[in-house]
Amino acid sequence: MSETINITVNGKEIAAKQGQTILEAVRGKGINIPHLCSDRRLKPVGACRMCLVEVEGQKGPVTACTFEIKPGMIVETETDEIRAIRKTILELLFYEHGAVCSTCDDMGECKLQRYGYEYKIADEVIKSSETMEAIRNHTTGNKALEYNPNKCIRCGRCIRICEEVQGVSALTFKGRASSVLVSTAFDIALNDSTCELCGQCISTCPTGALYERRAKGRGQCKDLVRTRTTCTYCGVGCQIDLNVNPRTGCIIRVTSEKGYVPNDGNLCVKGRFGFDFVHSPERLTKPLIRENGQFREATWDEAITLTGKRLSEIRSKHGPDSIAFLSSCRCTNEENYLMQKTARTAGGTNNIDQCATTCHAPTVAGLASAFGSGAMTNSINEIQNVQTLFIIGSNPTEAHPIIGLEMKKALAKGAKLVVCDPRKTWIAKRADVHIQHKPGTDNMLINSMMNYIIEKKLYNQEFVTQRCENFEAFIANLRDYTIEQAADVCRVDADLIRQAAQMYAGGTPSSIFYTLGITEHTCGTENVQNLANLAMLCGQIGKASSGVNPLRGQNNVQGGCDMGAIYSVLPGYQKVADAGVREKFSKAWGIKFPTNTGGRVTDFIEKAGEGVLRGFYCFGEDPVLSEPNQANVIKNLKKLEFIVCQEIFMSETAKLADVVLPATSWAEKDGTFTNTERRVQRIRKAVEAPGEARPDWEIICMVSTAMGYPMSYNSPSEIFDEMASLTPSYGGMSFDRIDEVGLQWPCPTAEHQGTLFLHKDKFVRGLGLFHVIKFREPAEMPDDEYPFILSTGRTLYNYNIGNMTQKSDAIRQKQSKNFVEMHYCDAQRLGVTCGETITVSTRRGKVTAAAAVGQRVQPGALWMPFHFVDQPTNKLTNDAFDNITRTGEYKVCAAAVSKDAGTGTK
Amino acid sequence: MTDKKINSLQDIEQLREQLLSGHKDSKARVLICMTGCRALGAGSVAAKFRENLKSLSLETQVAVVETGCIGICAAAPVVLIEPYEYLYGGVKPEDVEEIIAETIEKGQPVERLAVTQNGEVSAKLGEIGFYKKQKKLVLENCGRIDPKRIEDAIERGGYIAAIKAVTEKSEQQIIDEMIESGLRGRGGAGFPAGVKWNLCRKSDGDEKYIICNADEGDPGAFMDRALLEGDPHRVIEGMLVAAYAIGAKLGFIYVRAEYPIAVEHINIALDQARGLGLLGEKIAGLDFSFDIEVRMGAGAFVCGEETALIGSLEGRRGMPNSRPPFPAQKGYMGKPTNINNVETFANVPIIMKNGPKSYSAVGTEKSKGTKIFALAGKVKNTGLVEVPMGTTLREIVYDIGGGMDKGRKFKAAQLGGPSGGCIPAKYLDNEIDYDSVQQLGAIMGSGGLIVMDELTCMVDIARYFLEFVQAESCGKCTPCRAGTKKMLEILQSICRGAARLSDLDLLEHLAGHIKKASLCGLGQTAPNPVLSTLSSFKEEYVQHIAEKKCAAGVCKDLLSYEIIEACTGCQACMRVCPVEAITGEKKQQHSIDKDKCIKCGQCFDVCKFQAVTR
Repeated sequence: MSETINITVNGKEIAAKQGQTILEAVRGKGINIPHLCSDRRLKPVGACRMCLVEVEGQKGPVTACTFEIKPGMIVETETDEIRAIRKTILELLFYEHGAVCSTCDDMGECKLQRYGYEYKIADEVIKSSETMEAIRNHTTGNKALEYNPNKCIRCGRCIRICEEVQGVSALTFKGRASSVLVSTAFDIALNDSTCELCGQCISTCPTGALYERRAKGRGQCKDLVRTRTTCTYCGVGCQIDLNVNPRTGCIIRVTSEKGYVPNDGNLCVKGRFGFDFVHSPERLTKPLIRENGQFREATWDEAITLTGKRLSEIRSKHGPDSIAFLSSCRCTNEENYLMQKTARTAGGTNNIDQCATTCHAPTVAGLASAFGSGAMTNSINEIQNVQTLFIIGSNPTEAHPIIGLEMKKALAKGAKLVVCDPRKTWIAKRADVHIQHKPGTDNMLINSMMNYIIEKKLYNQEFVTQRCENFEAFIANLRDYTIEQAADVCRVDADLIRQAAQMYAGGTPSSIFYTLGITEHTCGTENVQNLANLAMLCGQIGKASSGVNPLRGQNNVQGGCDMGAIYSVLPGYQKVADAGVREKFSKAWGIKFPTNTGGRVTDFIEKAGEGVLRGFYCFGEDPVLSEPNQANVIKNLKKLEFIVCQEIFMSETAKLADVVLPATSWAEKDGTFTNTERRVQRIRKAVEAPGEARPDWEIICMVSTAMGYPMSYNSPSEIFDEMASLTPSYGGMSFDRIDEVGLQWPCPTAEHQGTLFLHKDKFVRGLGLFHVIKFREPAEMPDDEYPFILSTGRTLYNYNIGNMTQKSDAIRQKQSKNFVEMHYCDAQRLGVTCGETITVSTRRGKVTAAAAVGQRVQPGALWMPFHFVDQPTNKLTNDAFDNITRTGEYKVCAAAVSKDAGTGTK
Repeated sequence: MTDKKINSLQDIEQLREQLLSGHKDSKARVLICMTGCRALGAGSVAAKFRENLKSLSLETQVAVVETGCIGICAAAPVVLIEPYEYLYGGVKPEDVEEIIAETIEKGQPVERLAVTQNGEVSAKLGEIGFYKKQKKLVLENCGRIDPKRIEDAIERGGYIAAIKAVTEKSEQQIIDEMIESGLRGRGGAGFPAGVKWNLCRKSDGDEKYIICNADEGDPGAFMDRALLEGDPHRVIEGMLVAAYAIGAKLGFIYVRAEYPIAVEHINIALDQARGLGLLGEKIAGLDFSFDIEVRMGAGAFVCGEETALIGSLEGRRGMPNSRPPFPAQKGYMGKPTNINNVETFANVPIIMKNGPKSYSAVGTEKSKGTKIFALAGKVKNTGLVEVPMGTTLREIVYDIGGGMDKGRKFKAAQLGGPSGGCIPAKYLDNEIDYDSVQQLGAIMGSGGLIVMDELTCMVDIARYFLEFVQAESCGKCTPCRAGTKKMLEILQSICRGAARLSDLDLLEHLAGHIKKASLCGLGQTAPNPVLSTLSSFKEEYVQHIAEKKCAAGVCKDLLSYEIIEACTGCQACMRVCPVEAITGEKKQQHSIDKDKCIKCGQCFDVCKFQAVTR
């Protein structure tokens, strides 16, 4: 820790940390030094000159934002001279400022306006400014944001945040002197530049020069009401403020306040521009009942009564395996808790699941078997202190952009980076070692790395002996996996594997990060267990900034699992198999505990096809688009006797339903989400739900009651308290405690401060368990007929099935169509040009999409996102499943490409 | 070019002996400035010399040497004949035959080509006023050697001082000598060079860099260009010593792309120095490696500021950064970096050769050595001059510069370019050094010295410099970007006659705040030309505003051309008027149609009877 030193500011003694600047030293101490070009997230530059102060012994005034404090320094911030200079600077800024406050969206928020008022800038000075002619600039026509040079004070914050925080460097200054303006390099359109539309430039702009295009003219900042909530997209759990115009009841823009975990005011494109879906005219506003093949509008009473009746009938006639409940990780902990409770009480079945099966179920299973707990071991803000980042099967800068920023911070501090990814992603390009292995060969790679680590004695013997078990069997298995063999099977340079092994084993500390590139395989759980092996072998777990970190993909997929919306566990991963647990819940809920084993969503689809499953309550999920082999999913779901969908849009699955219940989006209700670092955070109602749509927790209560198990709560807080009373890891939490900053589980008591990282001193299961993992090939490998390996994944701009992100003009303008990444050698061979529409086919279906030709994938590989309803990639994917969690193998299937729609070509 | 590598101090001393002994049968040398004079036909003069010498079979005995600037640019193209020291100006190819016949063959001067100064005609360089008061230390080789031949430089002692220093002295010894010499940075600010070196030497860093700032940008200044064009080896030699003392392995010369000859000569010089082992690994057989890269700037004035220059070198937009940290602490790529100006480095070999005591014997108490000025403006002998610190302005303007052109009256001298100020006539006898100049409201600057006569409007001069800095401001900090624009607007309105007297207060108010609040030297000094003219020539400003009159006749909007009774009706003005605004019968008083008049002033200039007024 840096030393504390004292300085005197305006006659007052202040304690501050050595190395701080004057501006940092006085922050929060009642001394306000005006500044325009400074943002805590950025390196200070001293450009605006508003923070000039006098320091005893200095020739002239110095900028507080750049001047480092020294013990005993005497600073004056408000002398007449200093105030006069600041006033001149403001007058000059207004002299350049070609806009008036009264018509500016940023009114109330703008710092120039605030200082102008404070320093009493004369009206005639403000009026003297000339308005620049409306000139085309790099944002002309851009639907995400607008740059207005008339309001720009050239502080360069937008340029610096783009470079320093995002690492994107899309923006730059152009011109000189008074004609300096912000633009892109060579003045190209923003969307043609490297811009990722994160809108961080807007977040840091001290005036209204940069503003959301969509928000313009829809309410001035001074009139907007802010509601703090948690972002509804990925699992990072960014804290955001929904800015609502109280007169229209609409969300106008999304902002984020600096100084809060996990995102410190930073947001990505989805968080900032992806909220238009809330007010979409396509929202469901009335319950719908299918009659004679058509939907008709119905009353809530009708719809709920019908749903309760049909599900109860099927259950009583055909037993617990005839109905299934699919919960939603898009929704709150409270709702997930209620959904699994309803399944097990009103439904009398363990057929409860959520979308983790589609993504991170292997994580929950794999890490639980190795460590005793299936969650990210460390915290997000520990990432910046990792010394070797080991990223495998993960594309954080696109799928978890704010975690990507933390990784960029670590890199800026000099961290080493190993990326194992078949694709050359943004972060892979910046890696010290990029292992571009063949999809589906992760265990070959990891086993050979571990073999090498043992051979070179790079492992942590003390950790292995003291904290783990089954080491002998584990190393015996590794002998079969040599680096040379792995190089051959994975098709990578053997030396790269050696370097990666050395970097990971030698990092002080190292940390593993992975996502679906690891889990979405038929060996997904084994992949996860093997990463656990690697961490235990090197002792890189159980300490700050070091562990095994699955980055969860959905806003509340951690919570959905935590809440026990899994057939085999109850809230807090209390095992159904445990008689004591069953008794505890039976007693608490006043029921006889269901006796069936239950299954996962992939089982539900299979059982529906077999005629075993007959009734299906689908809540906030769209398996038709998200599960592999779409044709088969539709065929099987159509066999069901009754489907009820609880949705905000008419999803592809809802189109097959008998009853559709209109629900609320995250902006219209209260509750909690648990983010990927196990942090339980609040969401809050900011706007009214459209039409008759109701909060999900209320709907679930109504269905449960209609099924014969009365359920009623006054608020989500009440539901949370019930859940917490039954869930040890959440036991110490309440809405009050997490009001401002969320808590990370385990948090067993009301005094407990939450847990930053897991497995300190001891694993949750006691000793860490080494698993013996053998390499197995994916279920479907390329052959003459289908010569390519197709993988699927997410892009930065879109999210899952795209029904939310594609409602945003800004995002649609950037990316609205499916595409296929292919290597230019393959493209050349097949005569495919970049942008040309091609057909990708597998044994299960065909999809046409634009060819994205380049070097992101290796020859012989294809990659497609799955966000586009009109070109659903999951028509192609293989419904082969992980042997333990039944997660689909989205990352590997055999595919063919043809230029003309129809026949496959090699 | 010799291909033997220099492996020791002895090697280079021997090489010099060898080179000197190679001139035994030399009859004479024809030195022709092929840098600045090239534009005025020096090339064809040189070709003619070669042709004629060849036809006379004299080419082995008489070398034609293409040199850098000989100094007296006003007389271009200039030819100097060694060993006779006859200097000829305005030489044309048709003069060559006579020069060979008279001077080279007989050792006699060609009087008609001699330079006239203050009525005295002399062909001997040492007898010309322009050269008499100069002290050529830094420029000793400039105009005397072929800058494209390292042998020429070595013959005259080049590199020997540096090799001797790095062979025989410790790093700290060199720095101590530099400090003792009192050499101050010639880029303008005058920071003691040795102290700067010492800061960089003491900064922690595994890698260190040195940079030669050759981004000379002041209007009218060409000292650095002349040095790089005429004697690039001296600059390399200075950098070599600095690199050794500081511990740098790599240096840069940041030179503006608008100096193609300088770039060419520097590159040739670097190649030749590398070829001899004077740059590269194990220089002179010592455990000392150093090399230099040339980087061309794109002509941004602000890149002469150290931190902006470093930014530009790093591939960024050239914009200054706040200091501290100083480049000596965190410079190029975040490593300790020492930046000196071209002329500063060029002074180093003198200190190394003659010792700090001898060096500091020249100059004033706090400003040691000599200073090179680019003498320009309304003076007879414009050119490159080197004088001891402490020389008076009068000596420079009258003794060296030959006095005012066309016999007009001296009004002021502008020193220090856009960061400097105007020194009025009353200070003509003040000694010029860093501190005295600052007291007069100007700065030494890099050495641009523009002489102004009574036909120079001081308001217009201030406007001109403001326009310059406003166009060259990088736009980063508010006071410089917006403040200079506001000041310029006011000055423009004064020149148009649209200002109020209170605007002068506003000018001063803004100037004060811009100086105090700007981020870098550019902004901090940008108001100087305005402040110095306001303090010495306020009456001109007042005249512009109150009487709407520009006495110097420069501010067009304030001029009204009329023909008075003195007109003899010679029709000279009618003939030059480009818009046919003047009418009148022969031998009758003419008149000017003010609607047609574009105020070009040609009638005023052409009238021999002072009958045109404005």
